[in-house]
Amino acid sequence: MANIMYWEAIQRAHDEEMARDPLVICMGEDIGVAGGTYKATKGLYEKYGPLRVIDTPISEGGFTGLGIGASFLGVRPVIEIMSVNFAWLAMDQMFNSAAKVRYMSGGQLTAPCVFRAAGGAAHQLGAQHSARMEKVFMGIAGLRVVTPSNPKQAYGLLKSAIRCDDPVFINEHELMYNMKGEVPDTEYFHPLEGSEVARAGTDITLFGYNISVHWCLKAAEILDKQYGISAEVIDLYCLSPLDRAGIKASVAKTHRAVIAEEDEAPVGVGAEVMAIINEECFFELDAAPVRVHSAMVPQPYNHTLEKATIPDHEDVVKAVLKLFGKA
Amino acid sequence: MKIEDKKRVLREMVLHRRFEERCYQAYIERKIGGFLHLYPGQEACCNGVMEAARPGHDYVITGYRDHVHAIKCGADPKEVMAELYGKETGCSKGRGGSMHIFDVKHRFMGGYALVGGPFPLAAGMAKAIQLKGGDEIAICFLGDAANNQGVFHETMNMAALWKLPVLFVCENNLYGIGTAIERSTAIVHQHKRVCAYGIEAAECDGQDVEKVYAAARVAVDHVRHGKGPYFLELMTYRYRGHSMSDSRGYRSREEEEMWKQRDPIFILRDRLVAEKALTLAEFEAMEKEIDAYIENEVIKFAEESPEPRVEDLEKYVLADRETQLPWLTGKAA
Ligand SMILES: Cc1ncc(C[n+]2csc(CCOP(=O)(O)OP(=O)(O)O)c2C)c(N)n1
Ligand SMILES: [Mg+2]
Repeated sequence: MANIMYWEAIQRAHDEEMARDPLVICMGEDIGVAGGTYKATKGLYEKYGPLRVIDTPISEGGFTGLGIGASFLGVRPVIEIMSVNFAWLAMDQMFNSAAKVRYMSGGQLTAPCVFRAAGGAAHQLGAQHSARMEKVFMGIAGLRVVTPSNPKQAYGLLKSAIRCDDPVFINEHELMYNMKGEVPDTEYFHPLEGSEVARAGTDITLFGYNISVHWCLKAAEILDKQYGISAEVIDLYCLSPLDRAGIKASVAKTHRAVIAEEDEAPVGVGAEVMAIINEECFFELDAAPVRVHSAMVPQPYNHTLEKATIPDHEDVVKAVLKLFGKA
Repeated sequence: MKIEDKKRVLREMVLHRRFEERCYQAYIERKIGGFLHLYPGQEACCNGVMEAARPGHDYVITGYRDHVHAIKCGADPKEVMAELYGKETGCSKGRGGSMHIFDVKHRFMGGYALVGGPFPLAAGMAKAIQLKGGDEIAICFLGDAANNQGVFHETMNMAALWKLPVLFVCENNLYGIGTAIERSTAIVHQHKRVCAYGIEAAECDGQDVEKVYAAARVAVDHVRHGKGPYFLELMTYRYRGHSMSDSRGYRSREEEEMWKQRDPIFILRDRLVAEKALTLAEFEAMEKEIDAYIENEVIKFAEESPEPRVEDLEKYVLADRETQLPWLTGKAA
């Protein structure tokens, strides 16, 4: 096991897959000569050359469509969107071309491409660089959506996404590229479906994904030490399709649920998980599930206002205590 | 073009015309639903270009006015009609419809309904060809109005920058639905728009299939020989409305008449008659024979084919689960 950073894990996955298959390529803004905004493609240009490591013009719709078209002929492009906010410009191609082509061609054509985007809110980047857009991607038929919460997942999910014949959107996080974690030394494929028990517990389930898994883990620690509440943390690394069975199994055990998301609440992961709980295990519940989420505002620049917008582990603790009638 | 080829192309163009006219009728009879965009008037464009290219070998992509392009690439007219009827035997299994005809075995890579959407997809196929080192080219047929999309410029820039083997064919029929080109676009002649990207381009009469063929040979040679992309503009006209609910109030009957004087089928027919390679009686017999084929085989097949099963509604959304298990479960061999 090597202890490496999230960006290094992504870089390693690229490198291994590109070394294995000459049809794996990567493309995006500043990913080649400059090595990538978050270093996720560092050194690849030198190793694989400009035909396979493509510095694109600033044309998100155009280069995303170009990658998709190449994938029709068996190329496996990993398309980096510098910031998920810019993905709006590429969504026509992602949704109308990549996600639908298999269906509307009656299974003749498929778009085995990977879209990677730096998501989440970093520090004071303002409204147009802080959007969380998971909700948009997870509502699209024909598109798989995963979101790694640690370097091991970042490595293994990218490996699996490149091999999978379906288009996969990988939602990364701007604040997590330098996070360290254990990654197996041998080749590892993380499942593109399912969920993971990040911490076992018996009294309540805390659902998180990507960065909010870390809020949940920290909250679980505090709840255990200070309040004697045993919280289970479920890592929803796969946002589409959501893991119904995993959600049900945990809530059937703990009978209580809090869902933590960095996104605004309407039309989001929290709403979906609640719907699944209702559909799958309503009668198992001892209390109504609760969501912890961002305020419904375009992200403010001001530091204090920004902090007030995005939740953290303290908000998760508060929500749990309230649910137990302790606050 | 050789006499034999001209006669064959004439026959194909008559088939394309009659096929589309029969679609019109089937739509009126409510056998075909949704949007239906027909090709009469523009036949020389697709035929002239594809005669110069290699159907079934080169990769072709287009918009929603796609039936004829698919057939020209090798799709079976029966399967195209069955698709319009929404049948399981349709070339897209009844899941696509008129705007989404696909026949990948003949390298017809699909009809797409978002105006301009195929531009980057075509360049991407060319990128794949470049990586794999084949002698195929990608050919993208789109209308004039598509050039006002942002991806037109984005794609032209990338195609030129990376010298991709892609031929863009602009079928300039002077309208985008009901908006005349002068009312939407600063210049009528579209090939001028790619000069800024250093792309080779030409304009050609799109009604005379031999002229299209000659221009397309230059274009195809250029692309196939690694000289980068090419943009070929064909001046043409669609006789029918844009789609089925279009009474053509935005253009005059005189203008339509003027274009019908330059009908691509009649131009070729009259030339063959003048060259004594064809008689009018032979032409009429051919039309009858084609009508009979369409009725007795194409329509019959579509009518008699089964509907898709509702149990299969979710088939084709994602790749077959069984084939993807290592990546879905993480249990790679
Ligand atoms: C992105 C997008 N915008 C609008 C439409 C509606 N629409 C369909 S066809 C069309 C006109 C396109 O004209 P042109 O590109 O010249 O092709 P033609 O139909 O003349 O062959 C429009 C506006 C669409 N399908 N997609
Ligand atoms: Mg037009």
